[in-house]
Formats: sequence, structure tokens, C-alpha cells
Amino acid sequence: MSLVNTAPEMALTGRIDDLLNWTRKSSLWYMLFGLACCAIEMMQTGGPRADLERFGMAPRATPRVSDVLIVSGTLTLKMALRTRLLYDQMPEPRYVVSMGSCANCGGLFQLAYSVCDGVDKVIPVDVYVPGCPPRPEALTEGLVKLQQKIQQERWLVRKTEPVGVRA
Amino acid sequence: MGLAGFEVEVQRQTEGGGLVTEDMTLNMGPQHPSTHGVLRFVVRADGEVMKEALPDVGYLHRSIEKIAEKVGWHGFLPYTDRVDYVAAMFCNHGWAMACEQLAGIAVPRRGEYCRVIADEMCRLHSHLLSVGSMAMDLGAFTPFTHAIREREYLNDLFEELCGARLTFHYMRIGGVGWDLPPGFGDKLAHFLDRFEPLIDEYDRLISYNKIYTERLAGVAVISPQDAIDYNLVGPNLRGSGIRYDVRRDDPYSVYPELDFEVPVGRGELGVLGDCFDRYIVRVREMRESCRILRQCLRQIPDGPVIAKVPRNFKPPAGDCYVRVESARGDMGWYVVSDGTAFPHRCKIRTGSFAAISMIPRLSRGLMLADLVAVIASLDLVAPEIDR
Amino acid sequence: MDPAAIYTRVRERFGDAIGELTGSGRTAGCTVAPARVAEVAAWLRHEPGLAFDCLSTLAGVDYPKRNVIQVVYVLYSYRARHWFTLRVDAPRDDPRVASVSGVWSAAEWHEREVFDLLGVHFDGHPDLRRLLMPEDWPGHPLRKDFVEPEEYHGIRTSRESLLKA
Repeated sequence: MSLVNTAPEMALTGRIDDLLNWTRKSSLWYMLFGLACCAIEMMQTGGPRADLERFGMAPRATPRVSDVLIVSGTLTLKMALRTRLLYDQMPEPRYVVSMGSCANCGGLFQLAYSVCDGVDKVIPVDVYVPGCPPRPEALTEGLVKLQQKIQQERWLVRKTEPVGVRA
Repeated sequence: MGLAGFEVEVQRQTEGGGLVTEDMTLNMGPQHPSTHGVLRFVVRADGEVMKEALPDVGYLHRSIEKIAEKVGWHGFLPYTDRVDYVAAMFCNHGWAMACEQLAGIAVPRRGEYCRVIADEMCRLHSHLLSVGSMAMDLGAFTPFTHAIREREYLNDLFEELCGARLTFHYMRIGGVGWDLPPGFGDKLAHFLDRFEPLIDEYDRLISYNKIYTERLAGVAVISPQDAIDYNLVGPNLRGSGIRYDVRRDDPYSVYPELDFEVPVGRGELGVLGDCFDRYIVRVREMRESCRILRQCLRQIPDGPVIAKVPRNFKPPAGDCYVRVESARGDMGWYVVSDGTAFPHRCKIRTGSFAAISMIPRLSRGLMLADLVAVIASLDLVAPEIDR
Repeated sequence: MDPAAIYTRVRERFGDAIGELTGSGRTAGCTVAPARVAEVAAWLRHEPGLAFDCLSTLAGVDYPKRNVIQVVYVLYSYRARHWFTLRVDAPRDDPRVASVSGVWSAAEWHEREVFDLLGVHFDGHPDLRRLLMPEDWPGHPLRKDFVEPEEYHGIRTSRESLLKA
């Protein structure tokens, strides 16, 4: 019998959910899915100045051990099929951050014949980070917004109406 | 998907005692923890030793050459940044030079000096990433963070110069977009004073480290004849002992007025033309770039930075072929104009394209771990291969 | 050597397979008949004094108005430091050109790319298949009359504008 989304909203159950969410958001391991130019900015974000490890985020090589898929760069049609495969290999709970204009909507390559206009055509996206490429500060803000989104999830408690992310 | 087009003949052997051995067919990529981008290799291996590694490219084919025909001469400049985003200034330079050669436009001298300053800063930018990620691919994380730290200081300088950190769009047809901001010369000189001793520190940190040299020396030797036959360029060619540099031997811009050396591999730790030679050539080129930057800051004249180019740019019909010495070698731009406001054809021939075509030949007899060293030492980036 | 001198030598060796001297600078050169280009290339490579050991670029250009696809070979010599360009005009409906991958190994991948994007078939190429596009892609994208497919494996290739009401 599953306990997910069964309990009423009380002080104790709400706290358990908060604890779960806090542990999840403080240790988001992202998969190195650097496709194009945004990958370089993602590496700079993981570097010494705009450090991502202070948020608990470590880069991982395989989808099997990662929580977040940061799609950084242009998604071509040839790559789109593989992206779906990689997303399916990630264990839940999993999140997707679409970094950069090309991953959001095709960017300046919408004129191209071989580019998939946006990664949300193949996988569901949680946070869109605009920019070409986004600065490390912008990517950090996007990841912090993802953390806020995670903090408001409900696992034990019954879900009521959807809650927006506090700006 | 899968192995279509890569049907390889798997060999089976029956040894004494009824044991059967078979080659393995492994897939590496297109997603892998490396900065070289989306490359895929289908590797046929006998245990740890590879028989062949066949590259499968096209996962980053963004049809940049076709887009040139749609957006026009001026409008194509931002797309050139994406042809090689690690060394974007050179691509801007190549396209601008091609347009100027077709239309017969002369760039003012201050504009040329600004271009060379931007180019050499970009060479530092690119070599730092190449050298750092090579160390990371072989397992050493610290040199990578050192390289990223130095790149951040360069990013600050680039941001002051042109507003962007990675895809600059600094050059225009006829010159550069903006003049050097006031105080830029002092900041750049201050950065160089800080950076040049750090190259020696980098050498002490990793270059002659025993594990590093054992993994690179003597691995994937490319003879000079093969290097020319496969059209390798840049540090890959110079690592095999051929002292050829477009800036010295077929010069463009203001390079004839600048004094610098062209480092070549000498086979000091292994065989001439191995991975270590290609790596050490890049480290030495960083020192030469610092030298060039100091000379440019001393010699830069006053004046305008851009020539007058009409907004509705229509070069006369014809074709041209220009070369720039990019961080990854000589990048050739073959541009055809038919007299209209849109290019008829733009073909970009890059160094990484030739280098990856050599991998099936180089990988015979190497171990799986050496494949990573080879890819890193050839300094492949996926956007140059796929465009 | 300057291009006119090189052209004279090529012309007297190969006669009527060679066209007129056109172009200037690095792209000065001549046209060659499609079936003979491998011979001409091999001679240019091994002839002492010419020694074109480097294939600097191999590009395909589509000229629909002249109804040809032109393959351009820009050659360079590291020893003699001179340039020469060969141009081959292949008819657009069935473009077949002799392959020069036996002369310069660099040509292998360049010819695969021209085959993939323009549809030119290179006779004698060891492994002619698509390089940049997926294997099941319809058509040759760099041709001027290429029409983008509506969808690929279920993914639509266009995106509706968010600005429309």
C-alpha cells in the first residue's frame, strides 16, 4: 500500500515533506549533458567563481545517478532521439533545466533544417533559463528557482490545488 | 539509431580447450563527460585493446552553412561565433576577411591591431580550456579548475571589450565593432603580468607529472607525412615537427609587424608526433600569445577602427578562399558571392574535421583509455566538425 | 610558381580534359572533366616542382541556373608554397565525379560530406555514406531546391509562434 499523497495536512506530515524536499534540493546532482556553447558556460558555472558545489550540485557522467538534466546547447534532430533515451534512464524524482535559447525554443537556429526547436518537444522541462549563452549567475538563478519548486512538492501530504513558485 | 552503417566484422577465435573469444562492439557517446561535445565512437575492441574506433558525427549539425544563404553578409557574423564557440574571434575574423577580400575593403590599422589583440586573447582562452580539459579527461581535476579560474579573468576582459563572454560578435565587416575601452591596455597588461608566471606553475603542476607523461608519451604517433596527407593543421601539425603557421608563412592582418616564435614538437619525452608533443606545443603557444599581446599594446596606432561599409552590402560576384590561424589550426573559408545581398555558398574547412577523420587509423592497437587521450590531444570540438 | 605557369603545364599534359584559367588569388585554377579529376589530382601531387601535397578544401556548390553542381578543390603545396584550384562541373540530375580519396586521405570525409549534403556520387570512394545527417534523412539539404520535411520520427520541425493570439 503506497503512502504517497495520502496523509492530511498537519504539522507533522507537512514537516516530513519539508524535510524530504530539503534533502532533495540540497543535493541535486546534474548530468553533464553539454551539447554546445552553453556547455562551456555550464562548466564556468561549476568553476571556482560561480561555484555550483556550494549548492550541493556535483556533475555526474551517467543518467543513472543524476537528479537534474541540464540541457545546455542546441538539440539537433539526430540528438533528440538520444535525449529521450537518456531522460528515460534517469531514476525519479528527476528534473530538467533547459539552458539557453537553443534548448528553450531553437534559438537562432530556428532557420536550420536539422535543429529540433526546443527540448520540450521530447522531454518535459521544469525550468527555462534564457540567454545565449546565459551567464553563470543566470544559470545559478535558474537552479535556485528549481530548488524553490522542489521545496513546494508534496509527497506524503495529499495534494490540493497547484502551488505557484514564490518569486 | 544503433549500428546502422557501422556493421563491423566481429572476429571469433577458438582457442585450445574449446574457449571462444569474440570482439566487443562498444558505444562511446554521444553523451559523455567531456568538453569535446557530442561525438560518438563505435569501438571494436579485443578486450582492452581496440581494433578500430569509428567516429559517428552529426549530432551537432546546425546547418550553419545553409543559414549563411538565408541571413545575408552582415547577419551571418553572430553565426560564425557558433562555428567554434571555444575560439569564436577567429571565426568572426575569417568571415570578415572573406567579405573584405571579395569587396576589396581595407581595414584601418587600428582596427587590425584590435583584431589581433582579440584573436590572441581568444587563443589563450581556447588553449586554457583545451589544456585543462585534457588533464580532466585523464583524471586530474585540479588543473581544470586552474584553467577555468584563469578563463574567468579573461572573460572579464572580454566583457569589457565587447559585452559577451563566449559568443563575442566583436568583429564587423571592415573592422571591429567597438574600440578598446579606456584603461583596457592597463588591465590587459596587469592580467598578463599575473598570467605568465602561472603558465610555469601549470607546467610544474601537471605537464611533467609521471602519470601524465606515461599516458601521453609515445601514444598515437602521427608522422609528418600522415599529418600533411590528412590535412592536419595547427598544433596537431606542429606537434609532428612541421614548423608551419599561417601567421608566419602566409601572413594576414598585422602579423608581419609582430615578432614571435612558432613552437614545434621535438619528441622530447617519447616519439616525435605523440600526444605529449601536441600538448606541449599548446602550452608554449600560450607564452607566445602573451608576447604578441604585449607588442600589440605597445605598437597600436590611433585612428578609426572600422572602414565605411554599406549596410546593404553586395560584393561583386566571384569566390575567394581565406585562412586564419585559429587556436585549432588553420581555418579555411571558401565563400562564393553572386552579387546579391545573400552569400551563394559559404564552406568552412576546420582543423577538427581532418583530425577526427584520422581517428580510425590512429586507434588501431591502442587501449580504450588511450582513445580519450587521443581525442583530447587532437583538441577536437564537435561544432567545428559538424558545423 | 604562379597559377598561369601551373596552368600551362597542366594543359599540356592533359589537353582537352582541362578548361580555361579562371579566378584569382588562391582560387585561380581551371575546370576539369568529372571522370578525369582523380588522374589530374594524382599527377599534380606527385609531379616534382608542383608537389601539391595538401588538399586545403573540397567544397560542393550548387548552381541551379547553370544546372550543375560544382565541386571545388583548393590545393596547396607546403614545399613550393603555391596554390591551384580545380573545379569540376557535374550535371545536377546525376552528379558523378571520380574520387580523389586515393590521392589525399583528407578527401575521404570531405567527399562524404558533399555526398550527404549535395548528393554528388564519388566513384571509387571506399565508404560513401551519410556523414552529418541521420541515415534515414530524405533529400540533400544544401541543394537550393531542398524542402524541409514536416516532421522527423514524430518530432515536428517547426514551432508555432507564441505571439499569435
